[in-house]
Order: sequence, then structure tokens, then C-alpha cells
Amino acid sequence: MSRQYETVIGLEVHVELATKTKIFCACSTEFGGAPNTHTCPVCTGMPGALPVLNRQVVEYAIAVGLATNCTINQCCKFDRKNYFYPDNPQNYQISQLYEPICRDGYVEIDTPSGTKKIGIHEIHMEEDAGKLMHDEWEDCSLVDFNRSGVPLIEIVSEPDMRDAKEVIAYLDKLRLIIQYLGASDCKLQEGSMRADVNLSVRETGSTRLGTRTEMKNLNSFKAITRAIEGERERQIELLEMGKAVVQETRRWDDNKESSYAMRSKEDAQDYRYFPEPDLVPVWISDEWLAQIRARQPELRTQKLIRYKKEFDIPDYDAQIITSAKKMADLFEATTAICKKPKKVSNWLMVETMRLMKEHEMEAEELTFSPKHLAELIELTDKGAINSSVAKEVFEKIFLEDIDPLQYVEEHGLKTVHDESVLRTVVEKVIEENPQSVADYRGGKEKAMGFLVGQTMKAMKGKANPAAVNQMLKELLMVGI
Amino acid sequence: MANVITDEMMEYVGILAKLELSKTEREQAKCDMGRMLDYIDKLNELDTDGVEPMSHIFPIHNVFREDIVKNSDERDAMLANAPKTKDGAYKVPKTIE
Ligand SMILES: [Zn+2]
Repeated sequence: MSRQYETVIGLEVHVELATKTKIFCACSTEFGGAPNTHTCPVCTGMPGALPVLNRQVVEYAIAVGLATNCTINQCCKFDRKNYFYPDNPQNYQISQLYEPICRDGYVEIDTPSGTKKIGIHEIHMEEDAGKLMHDEWEDCSLVDFNRSGVPLIEIVSEPDMRDAKEVIAYLDKLRLIIQYLGASDCKLQEGSMRADVNLSVRETGSTRLGTRTEMKNLNSFKAITRAIEGERERQIELLEMGKAVVQETRRWDDNKESSYAMRSKEDAQDYRYFPEPDLVPVWISDEWLAQIRARQPELRTQKLIRYKKEFDIPDYDAQIITSAKKMADLFEATTAICKKPKKVSNWLMVETMRLMKEHEMEAEELTFSPKHLAELIELTDKGAINSSVAKEVFEKIFLEDIDPLQYVEEHGLKTVHDESVLRTVVEKVIEENPQSVADYRGGKEKAMGFLVGQTMKAMKGKANPAAVNQMLKELLMVGI
Repeated sequence: MANVITDEMMEYVGILAKLELSKTEREQAKCDMGRMLDYIDKLNELDTDGVEPMSHIFPIHNVFREDIVKNSDERDAMLANAPKTKDGAYKVPKTIE
């Protein structure tokens, strides 16, 4: 009989913090600048340059720690992690090993068998490395230090996850918490959230951990899922053949959908950590901690409860709207203007989600202003435009954040309420479509749909479909 | 000298430090390192139970900077320190990921 295996997974999640400046110098963290335009002696590791800690980094790290039920280490320190690689100008990374800022936390995830706690071993602060680009022409590498010194927190979980679904649920939970705190935008694709997966397998029922491997370069939920499934199979296969799993770092290749061991001969995992002598300890007083605690924004769980109570929207709506902070922000801001929560929720859940999918966008990339959505809702409610025109205008708001009032005026999209205009058009449609008219009079209800369509077309969509229907029925009766 | 550094240890430390030493340099380094470790052993004779490890020589803490961008584009000045550059970046021997 074949043996049963259990997968044991722990995660190391790196999150880029949303500060304006780097962790140890006053260089901008702005994304997308030309290479090395955000660098200085500190973040390029010039001899004698001294790091000075960014207070906001500490506050974000504490905020994340509090929101994930961690104990805050009120006397935390930095250490040097030594290694040579061209993306690291100092030949060491300033990180925290001995006294990380947060310890022993947890988050709760939903699983088919109920709520499960995933332990957080620790959270520490550290600096990001530079970026390497490979130059094919000259067969050399080019280094851009704009990312060097960008603040990161690394969230190290306990090995509490058992399959890819739990891993995704855990990442989703972390992402939402951190986004709500405003500590990071947590975009997996763009690398502001990165997950390394530590995985081992063991026979079901065993309590001893097997030898684990670490997988890097996973930049989508899909890649994470595939990598976990692939690595589980690879390790089980080795064990079934009586071979041992080698503890190693493996790199995920998204194109080949498989992982391979990274070369390790010269890459001895011996970082010779020691206390960072250029930085003084961070003491976090009870007062400082209380201040940060008092400033903690409302997190998703609290928002869910409030939305249902305050705005009287269904649980389903509340779940979807709070699934991304940006969405919740848009909902609240738009509702504050137009005071129509259910209508705002509908626009966000239906058209916004549809367009996001069509344009492969994430909620954080939404740029339209709440004011314009609120105005669109007003226009529709007043009957100034009909629902199909509203959808068309919304697409413009979604893409270009146009002013709906102005747009509707300029493009003459307002519903025509002048009855005589409508009557003339309807009469013409009846005259031009004798067959459909006969069909309708002969009892074919379907013909009515066609006539309405023809009228709407003739009106260039600027009519109220209900009014068209009414007018058609009236005039068709007359003719009998 | 109580601490003897083996050739294997020398090679490993050499890899970590990215250093290549000549035979004479290696022998000298082995001797220096052995003596350093002897000195650490001497320090370890002290009873430090209950003494908090010192992490910084000054008795100060919480030196912070506010999160305000103050540095402007100093790229050319920074690149002037590099032996080789190309297209506004530091040019280094090819690295294989
Ligand atoms: Zn800098």
C-alpha cells in the first residue's frame, strides 16, 4: 500500500513599505526613475557613509506587528548579514537577526474545516538590494541602485500551512491587512510583496519535520500554487525511491513551470551576522506604542461589520467591496457624496469589476474619482441618461476619469424627454416596419422588442426605453 | 598558540571573503587568526553572566530621520566613483542568476 504524505509549508514574505524615502537615507523610493537617479553615498555603500533610520519604517513595522497579533520587541536592534553580490554595494545587508521588531503573532484564515491560525514567528526590518540588468551586447551586467535601501519588512511564518490553498489564503490575509494599514500596496506582480516558500513533506501522522527546500522567484498566486504542487511531488518521488531531499534553494522558472536548484558551491549560506555598529538601538516606549495603536486604521473585519450596519448593504456586497482597500475607499468616498450606498456598491461590483477584468487591472490601479461616479449616479437617477448610456459614460470615467456632466453635454447623450420628438420617430419606425407591426398585432410579442430597438437606434440611444415602449404600444393600438 | 587554523578553514574563509592568498600570505594569516582566537578565549575567561551585551559604544538610542526626500539626482557624482559605467549604470562582470 502506498504511503500517505503531508506537506508542511512555511512562508517568508517580503513587503516593500510605502515610505517616501529609503530606510537609511533621504533618497526617494519612487518607482521607475532612470537608473541610479535615486542614489547617494549611503545607498551605494560608499566608505564612511553612515545610515540614519527612517522613523516611518519603524512605525509601519509596528503597525503590521500589532495588526498580526505580534509582541512588539521594545528594544530592537539591527545586524549585518554579510554576502557578496553586485546588487549589494556594501557587501552586507542591514537586517535584524537577534532582536527583530515583532515576534510570536498570528493571523486567522478561513479553511473548509473552519478558521485556522497561522503563526508568525517574527517580523524584521531590512533594506532591499539593487537591480541587475544583463547586457547581452557586452556580455556584462549593469547595476541600478535605485532599489538599494528601499525599506522592507520580512514576515516569517511558522510552518503551519498544509497546502497551496492555505498559503494563498494566508497571503491574501496579509495583503489585505497591510494594504488597509497603508503600509504597502502589496503588489505581487510588481514585487512589492514577494513570497519565498519553505516546503517539506513527511508521512502523515509523523510529527518530525522533513528536510525542507526554499523556493524563490514566485510572483503570482498561480506560480505559488504550481510551485507548491510540483515541489511536493518532486520530494515524494525522491522519498519513494529511497533518496534523501537535499536542503537547497530552488528558483522557480515561470515559463517552464518548474523549479531548479540554484548553484551553491560558491554560495555558502554562511552570513556571519553581527550587530550593526553604525546604528543605535531602537527603544519603543509604551507611549509610542500606545500612539501607534490609537492611530491604527479600521481593518477589514471591522469595516465588514460597519458597512452592513451603517449602509445597510448585503453581506455579499460588503465582502466584495472590502476585498481591496482601494475599493473600500472608493465606496466610502462616493457614498459620502451621493448618499446612495447600494447604487455605489452596484457600480463597483458589476461594471468596475467587469472593466478591471477586461483590462487586467487590480483594484489599486483604479484612478477614477469618487466625485465623477457620484455625478454619474445622480444623472442616471434623475433620468437624464438611460442605463446603457450610463454604462458607456462609466467606461470613460473608469479609463480617463472624465467629468460625466460635461461629457454627456458635449456628446449629446442626454435622454430626450420631449414627447413630440419621440412621437415623430416612433411614427416613422412604425411606417418603415410594416411586417413587424403586423407581427405584433398578430400576437407576436417579440416584434415589440425589435421596434423598441429600431426606435432607440433612431434616437441614437438617447431615449428612455420605458417611454419608447409606452409610446409604441399607444400608437400601435391607435392603428388597429 | 592554542587555536590552530587548518588549511580547510583557510580555504572556506577565503571563499567567504572572496580573497585569494599566496602561500606565504596564507601561512601568515593562519598565524594571525589563531592569535586572534586565543585573545577571544582570554576574554571568554571573564564571567559575564547577567551582563547585558553591548550593541553600541555610545549610550544612546532612537536616532531617527523623518520620512522626507532630501536627496536630489546625484547620479553623475555617484557614478564618478565607479571603475566602469554604461548607460547610467555600474558595469560589472556578468552575473549568472
Ligand atoms: Zn541614498
